[in-house]
Amino acid sequence: MDIGTIIIGLTIFVLACFAGAELISKVPPTLHTPLMSGSNAISGIAILGALLATGHSESLSSISLIGFLAVIFASINVVGGYLVTRRMLQMFKK
Amino acid sequence: MSYHLINLIYLASATLFMLGIKFLSSPNTAAKGNYLSMIGMGAAITITLATPGLHGFAMIGAGVAMGAVIGGYAAIKVKMTSMPEMVALFNGCGGAASALVAMAEFRGPGSEFDSFTLIALLLSMIIGGLTFTGSLMAYAKLQGLISTRPITYPAQQFINGIIVLTTLVLASLLFRDPANMPLFLAILALALGLGVLAVIPIGGADMPVIICLLNSYSGLAVSMTGFALRNNALIITGSLVGASGIFLTKIMCDAMNRSLANVLFSAFGKVVESADDTGEGPAGTMKGFEVEDVATILANAGTLIIVPGYGMAAAQAQHATRELGDYLAEQGVEVRYAIHPVAGRMPGHMNVLLAEADVPYDQLFALEDINDDFASTDAVLVIGANDVVNPAAKTNPASPIYGMPVLDVEKATTVIVLKRSMNVGFAGIENELFYMNNTKMLFGDAKSSLQKLLTALKQ
Repeated sequence: MDIGTIIIGLTIFVLACFAGAELISKVPPTLHTPLMSGSNAISGIAILGALLATGHSESLSSISLIGFLAVIFASINVVGGYLVTRRMLQMFKK
Repeated sequence: MSYHLINLIYLASATLFMLGIKFLSSPNTAAKGNYLSMIGMGAAITITLATPGLHGFAMIGAGVAMGAVIGGYAAIKVKMTSMPEMVALFNGCGGAASALVAMAEFRGPGSEFDSFTLIALLLSMIIGGLTFTGSLMAYAKLQGLISTRPITYPAQQFINGIIVLTTLVLASLLFRDPANMPLFLAILALALGLGVLAVIPIGGADMPVIICLLNSYSGLAVSMTGFALRNNALIITGSLVGASGIFLTKIMCDAMNRSLANVLFSAFGKVVESADDTGEGPAGTMKGFEVEDVATILANAGTLIIVPGYGMAAAQAQHATRELGDYLAEQGVEVRYAIHPVAGRMPGHMNVLLAEADVPYDQLFALEDINDDFASTDAVLVIGANDVVNPAAKTNPASPIYGMPVLDVEKATTVIVLKRSMNVGFAGIENELFYMNNTKMLFGDAKSSLQKLLTALKQ
């Protein structure tokens, strides 16, 4: 990876950290549990890497098997996280 | 499908995730925010599936279906009182996914890594791995599968330190020989072990901090995966989650007036319960009262503040609490709820339970908003809370919780404490409140006590 790509990546990382902190500080304590489960759900974005690993070649390999496991875990995280957040937020919506 | 289009969609997804969190700033828009976030995730997944040269759709479909069924079932079935456990488990899955993606990448064709990619992959695997086992341990503690008390043994920190050092040494060896599989697996095993060993010495009441911290770690692991895969969606999303976890960790630590290091390493709450369960305490005797006496006090109060704690969650008493609160409000009592930031086992735990029981959120007040009102309040009803209402935090410099911001319930005219037994609370600390002259104890399961109170009031 050339140094330019690394620096761009680090720039994005640092800026996103600050943006995240700014956004999150506005969330009231009442919604801290949905905030946790909701941010938890988006950390399932690792599923993108899992999809690419699983489907990287036509033939079955150790990589696609590891990717397959990762897809399962990430899907649990994404689907479970969003649904449980939705359930909680429905209760607040009145 | 060009690489640039994919990246643009990823940017759109990241924007939707941020909007999702922005909408969480109010309970009215929060549900909408969650949908925006879902759309972002859906778009990112869809466009990834359209990557040129992607194979194995059957396998991908099977994996997604399995994960969706497991995750969806768990999310629909879980009780609101068990939310901390659920979040810990989902979080562990996220950590596992990051670690596995790093492993797959490691095994990838032409694994010629530059050092930056190698560092990112290793960090992703190590952080993801310890998030996985650490979250499982947190789950086991919250479920009571293993002791909620800190599990300690001699030279614990020293051993953990050795493991961290060994991991670093092995990781540096891997730089010379990236294809060395046994070395790679050894690092993974150490990371998994570290997750277990780091969480077992931490007590159940400190789990809010640990869940937040592990949440942050899972985000960090995702970011590291993003660096390795040069995927901006992962970098941005991971840092959002990382920031959110750290922010909540800090709130929890501040609410206990303890440093993160103290939470992680001090084995707080290790104190074994004293044999002194006779009810004799520092300032007299605990006064157990009958339901009828307590009901009379409630009926005659003009203002009431309800203080829920973990005991309310443990007894599934949130609905009974709301029924009692509603009945008293109908009788003209001004009813409010005081929520301490660390009441329960995760941030906002009490708020979710009371929302489930249909308590309007404008009746819920944070510590700093209501603490001055206790002095002018007729009655306080403490439901299964202990350390967060312990006056020793203000008066006794020798107390382990000295300096922790607590609710000033003892300033009210009468304090009614619903408590399961005379035993000391989690931290093993005596609570002077229970012995004070204006405190009336009502022993028993919180839910049945509340129901009996309501029956007595209605007569």
